[in-house]
Amino acid sequence: MEQINLINLKGVCFGYPQRPDLLSDLDFTLNFQERVGIIGPNGCGKTTLLYIIMGLIKPRRGEVEIFGKTRREEGDFKEVRKKIGFLFQNSDDQLFCPSVKEEVAFGPLNFGVNKEMVQKIVADTLARVGLSGFEPRTPYSLSGGEKRRLALATIFAMNPEVLLLDEPTIGLDEETVIRIKEILKSPGLSYIIVSQNRLFLKELTDIQYTINNGKIKRIE
Amino acid sequence: MKEFELRSGRLIDPRVSIIYTLIFSIIIALSSNMLVAVVGLISSIILTILIAINIAMILRRLLIVNIFILILWLILPFSTPGPIIFSIGGLKASMSGVSYALLISLKSNAIVITAISLLSSGGIFNLVRALSDLRIPDKLIYIFFLFYRYTYVLFSEYETIKQGLKIRGFEPKTSFHTYRTYGYVLGALLLKGYERSEKIHRAMLCRGFEGKYRLLDHFRIGPNDLIAIFMMALNIIILLLLQWNRLI
Ligand SMILES: Nc1ncnc2c1ncn2[C@@H]1O[C@H](COP(=O)(O)OP(=O)(O)OP(=O)(O)O)[C@@H](O)[C@H]1O
Ligand SMILES: [Mg+2]
Repeated sequence: MEQINLINLKGVCFGYPQRPDLLSDLDFTLNFQERVGIIGPNGCGKTTLLYIIMGLIKPRRGEVEIFGKTRREEGDFKEVRKKIGFLFQNSDDQLFCPSVKEEVAFGPLNFGVNKEMVQKIVADTLARVGLSGFEPRTPYSLSGGEKRRLALATIFAMNPEVLLLDEPTIGLDEETVIRIKEILKSPGLSYIIVSQNRLFLKELTDIQYTINNGKIKRIE
Repeated sequence: MKEFELRSGRLIDPRVSIIYTLIFSIIIALSSNMLVAVVGLISSIILTILIAINIAMILRRLLIVNIFILILWLILPFSTPGPIIFSIGGLKASMSGVSYALLISLKSNAIVITAISLLSSGGIFNLVRALSDLRIPDKLIYIFFLFYRYTYVLFSEYETIKQGLKIRGFEPKTSFHTYRTYGYVLGALLLKGYERSEKIHRAMLCRGFEGKYRLLDHFRIGPNDLIAIFMMALNIIILLLLQWNRLI
């Protein structure tokens, strides 16, 4: 699993329908075990960039290469979604199951993990984000911060090789932020974090970028 | 399995529930026999009491159904030809109109009570699981699931918008401003609901959803189910016998 380039975008152009190009000729690389931060003003295209990596929207032009393969069709992204865990900016968009337990189990079950193993994964991941005992609760009835933690749990439960986290700490209390930081600091992870918190990014990432006029720029 | 029982507060296998609801509804819907309708309604009430799920919730939903039925009562007796039994003002109500309205009321309540008490309390994933165990095509189940999510989403968006209006000091009056606001709310509701369900679809894709629902808890037919199946089968036989007696 020693791939140097996990994610490689070349000359990616994208704009929403009836709008000017939001990303134009954008190049971006995420290397193995690299920890990248993205910061930038509202509406500059950070979330859009992550959507393109996950194959949720398709670029107008340019190449999306992930795990060494060019990804174009919907089918190409199956492997991508299995190995990249994506935390949505808004947790309400991410949660859809009737119970916390099923929510965490959804991913592993889709990947064919056996039932006993899934039970164990559910218990472990919920403990990791401090939601033990929440199993039968309905996700919609959780508080904002609890929803965030549950959304994180659904991603950790899939044991992804790469993490894309869109504003992971929004709405979380201090103790939970510390807990998340500890998880993210464990060695060997590769991830992209989008955040407006400069200090948080400095602490957890090796390189920081910003998006400006449709291009990504490294912040020195 | 244990958790499923706890959460839903009942013990019947959802597959049994679905099949029974289906057969029961077809028999009741197709029958025009008053006796079948009455027995059907009684059996649905007994069922609800035996299962003992949230009676208040059932009553609330029944209220909505019966508001529509009330409208039928205002129209049917006066518009169906036949021997007249009473008249209000110039309007003459016919015997056959009244019995027709009565039949519809009994039938719809019987079906709705059965469906609510058997299908609505087990959680959407149990239903989905049961449907897929019954070999219903995944595409259909998927549509059903999204429809459910979409309805839920619309409702919660409505609540949010309502609060948004309140905190900005909106008070409904009979004014152009009020109607225009309602128009905006309706528009926003549809758009938001659509967008949210698209995002949920994306979230499902991101977690490896490929059109198949897998569930943690499996269903097993237990002793409770056997009793339930026996009683349900008996009820269906009784209804069919009543129906055929009439036919002969
Ligand atoms: N579905 C859409 N249709 C049209 N325009 C969109 C859509 N989604 C986003 N946009 C627009 O594209 C731009 C970039 O959106 P994006 O969500 O990527 O911004 P962002 O950098 O993540 O901002 P934030 O910091 O607020 O999260 C915004 O101007 C937004 O209005
Ligand atoms: Mg964003």
